Amino acid sequence: MTAATVHSAVHSAVEPAETPLTPQSWGKLGMWIFLAGDAVGFGTLLAGYGAMRATSGDWPNPYQVLGINLTALMTFLLICSSVTMVKALEWLGRGDRTRAIQFLFFTALGGTIFVSLQAYEWSHLIHRGLHINQNPWGATLFGTSFFLVTGFHGLHVTGGVIYLLSMIRYVANRPQAAASYNAVEISGLYWHFVDLVWIMVFTFMYLL
Amino acid sequence: MAEAHKHPSYMAIFWYLAILTVIELIVIYLPLAKFTIGVLLCALALGKAALVAMYFMHLRFETRTLGWIAITPLVIATLLVFVLLPDGFAVLKTTEDSRKPAAAAPAKH
Repeated sequence: MTAATVHSAVHSAVEPAETPLTPQSWGKLGMWIFLAGDAVGFGTLLAGYGAMRATSGDWPNPYQVLGINLTALMTFLLICSSVTMVKALEWLGRGDRTRAIQFLFFTALGGTIFVSLQAYEWSHLIHRGLHINQNPWGATLFGTSFFLVTGFHGLHVTGGVIYLLSMIRYVANRPQAAASYNAVEISGLYWHFVDLVWIMVFTFMYLL
Repeated sequence: MAEAHKHPSYMAIFWYLAILTVIELIVIYLPLAKFTIGVLLCALALGKAALVAMYFMHLRFETRTLGWIAITPLVIATLLVFVLLPDGFAVLKTTEDSRKPAAAAPAKH
């Protein structure tokens, strides 16, 4: 039995059992389940942040100590990188691999600039005395939760940049655009999720 | 043409997101009660998250299964807040109790 016949045999074995719940792409379903788990992780961090803040008597007013302008710019940057991500997928759908790779690169670049700005913000705040166990403006847990949540998110962006760079290779290695469409769409799901989480983090940790 | 109908203009979504972010930045400086500002910010953030999930992540055009998976963590996180509240009030009570004697005798320190 060749690989192709095994493949078709598997398909004919699976297809009769399909229900309305069967997804179009199992990879996509897998990514969504992973993202749901990851979202619970972020949800726990943010709920914990809320609980610590609500029970603290000397929690500082975040937008007065954290500098909103740079973070607003970072938010804007991440939204832009989400747009370049959907554009990359759109070009891939039209069969233009060169443009798709270009836009994947722009997306990765946006992520890189985001992490760089975060590093700049962190070093600035650390310089002003905000540490993971120290906060010159009140509750120590403010420093702890700030570095924990933004760090956890920054780690996701870093991972996302590596993921996107590997997707550039993936597209470049496949002569047919359609062969990489599904994988790029799945990587896009991860990238938009990181953007979505930042929208939440920005609101709950910087603005509220 | 069908493709264009399936995926709405991504640039339009981009502008919605940008405008909602600007509104968020304006809201924090509005002369409103802290609670009102909090509710407004939560609503704006959820609106932005919904736009990203529905259009960028194509959730609007997916099977319902994926929608249920996506909504689950939101439900869990919301429930978690209520789970943490009793703990929070207990901590708050303890800190308030420990502050009372200190307020009664400020000369101690």
